[in-house]
Amino acid sequence: MRAPSENLLQTSGRTDLVLIADLIEPGSRVLDVGCGDGTLLQMLTNIKDVDARGVELSQTGVNACVARGLSVVQGDADADLPAYPDQAFDYVILSQTIQATRKPKSVLDELLRIGRRVIVSFPNFGYWKVRLHLMMSGRMPMTDLLDQPWYETPNIHLCTIRDFVTMCEGMNVKIENAYARRGNRIKMRFSKPGMLANLISDEAIFILSRPD
Amino acid sequence: MTDQNPAHRAAAIPAEEAVKLQPVAQFGNHTPLRLDSGAELASIRIAYQTYGTLNDDKSNVVLVCHALTGDQFVASRHPITGKPGWWETMVGPGRPVDTNRFYVICTNIIGGCMGTTGPMDTNPATGKPYGLKFPVITVADMVRAQAKLLDQLGIEDLFCVLGGSLGGMQVLRWAASYPERVFSAIPIATATRHSSQNIAFHEVGRQAIMADRDWHGGDYQSHATRPRKGLAVARMAAHITYLSGQALHRKFGRNLQDRDALTFGFEADFQIESYLRHQGFTFVDRFDANSYLYITRAMDYFDLDADYDGIIANAFKGTKTRFCVVSFTSDWLFPTSEARHIVQALNAVAANVSFVEIESDKGHDAFLLDEPEMFSTLAGFINSAAVHRGLAKAE
Repeated sequence: MRAPSENLLQTSGRTDLVLIADLIEPGSRVLDVGCGDGTLLQMLTNIKDVDARGVELSQTGVNACVARGLSVVQGDADADLPAYPDQAFDYVILSQTIQATRKPKSVLDELLRIGRRVIVSFPNFGYWKVRLHLMMSGRMPMTDLLDQPWYETPNIHLCTIRDFVTMCEGMNVKIENAYARRGNRIKMRFSKPGMLANLISDEAIFILSRPD
Repeated sequence: MTDQNPAHRAAAIPAEEAVKLQPVAQFGNHTPLRLDSGAELASIRIAYQTYGTLNDDKSNVVLVCHALTGDQFVASRHPITGKPGWWETMVGPGRPVDTNRFYVICTNIIGGCMGTTGPMDTNPATGKPYGLKFPVITVADMVRAQAKLLDQLGIEDLFCVLGGSLGGMQVLRWAASYPERVFSAIPIATATRHSSQNIAFHEVGRQAIMADRDWHGGDYQSHATRPRKGLAVARMAAHITYLSGQALHRKFGRNLQDRDALTFGFEADFQIESYLRHQGFTFVDRFDANSYLYITRAMDYFDLDADYDGIIANAFKGTKTRFCVVSFTSDWLFPTSEARHIVQALNAVAANVSFVEIESDKGHDAFLLDEPEMFSTLAGFINSAAVHRGLAKAE
């Protein structure tokens, strides 16, 4: 496993973003879909000198990004991606967002059309604590990553790591790399996540592309 | 910064003198302005104001484009009304468009009435005022005239071009016509084409002017009169479209003007009536009716989509310009959907674009008013663009 750069770790407490940032080649063109307040984009601009763009659903988030000098537009992953041209970016990032989209498959299709590589991270619903929570309490699981009750959460399409791998196979999407995480510790890197990763990690990060 | 512009010290100078004293660029017959209509304007004048200092490599130039009834006095006292510049909240020392860092140019648009060639001027062919003999001008013509001025000033490219409403249309036209001359562009409260509803409002205004007996078919200067009532009504109708119903209600409600009860007549019983009448009557002191006809027409004719065969993205193909598109939630004249249309076109060519929608109940006029979120987002955008341009960072 490649260790995230020291300087990256120092700039942010969010190790998931640090791991994603570490995967990006310096100087590349990056689109962050669901970029929030622009933490990752800022990190990439400062450290990797990338041409960074963002799309964010919340107007408050967008305005905050623009005020800090980032190129961000208000938009919706489900609706606004078709406007972008083919292969316009080296990387398209969808961090902790795919589970909140209406049509995850079409979103992923669009991302793979727009970017040469797509980085997707999502909370793993196969994590043992999630399973245990549901089995023991009989109620919708809540964890660090899934921290809102069922009636508040924007997450409408939760999945497990195995579910995601199965979808990728069905869509003829190449999994270039995958990382499974638990808490703030990066757990493991694997080429094809199996049963164990699905059980012990609360978050997954996939690097995807279309086969040549 | 030394201020060598006499118009900035205009307080003691009579208004007409102050207008004459401002910088004016002259273009002779050998360099006519070719217009979209096919006509040519032979000798033209462009009146403009500048603020700040041009740096050595001329890389800090900001062009501000004014709206329908605006003028070049963006950040200095208006010579006729004596009021502060119309965008002093945006342009000035320490403002988002910081005149301590940038050299700001604002020109009176072609067809205008504050010193640039327009229908009030003498037609060289007849020796009489142009009136309706003035050729119909377009937004592209306005931009061409500004480009001519920059050529004469030896300014190759613009660090930034910004403006709201008609000013925003000019910004879009600049970015489409001269992409290599525009480093960053801020179109605010604007659209790539004037909507049917907006054309309709303009037509009401024009008809009000033309219905005034003092208009004389546009030849009122020969009759030593002006269509004051018609122009005032045009302004009143237009002014309503610049505000939101909510803002009107908040400001005026059904409050009565200087009286305790309805008069059962047609005096200005309500504050809103009194306010609109005031807006109308003060407007005619500083604006020319024929200019109003020509400039509203230019806005109606604006259709960047049609100019690029209905595919607006083609207007920006390959652009390297950094864009920041701005809209306001309560602007129903240029609603956010118009801004989205611009943003989608820019996304379609993977342009570098930011888009902010500002929460405001002040309607279309919000872009001219105190909107802290507009200032903070634009300051961020401009700063970031300045860093990419290699201009010194503001602390």
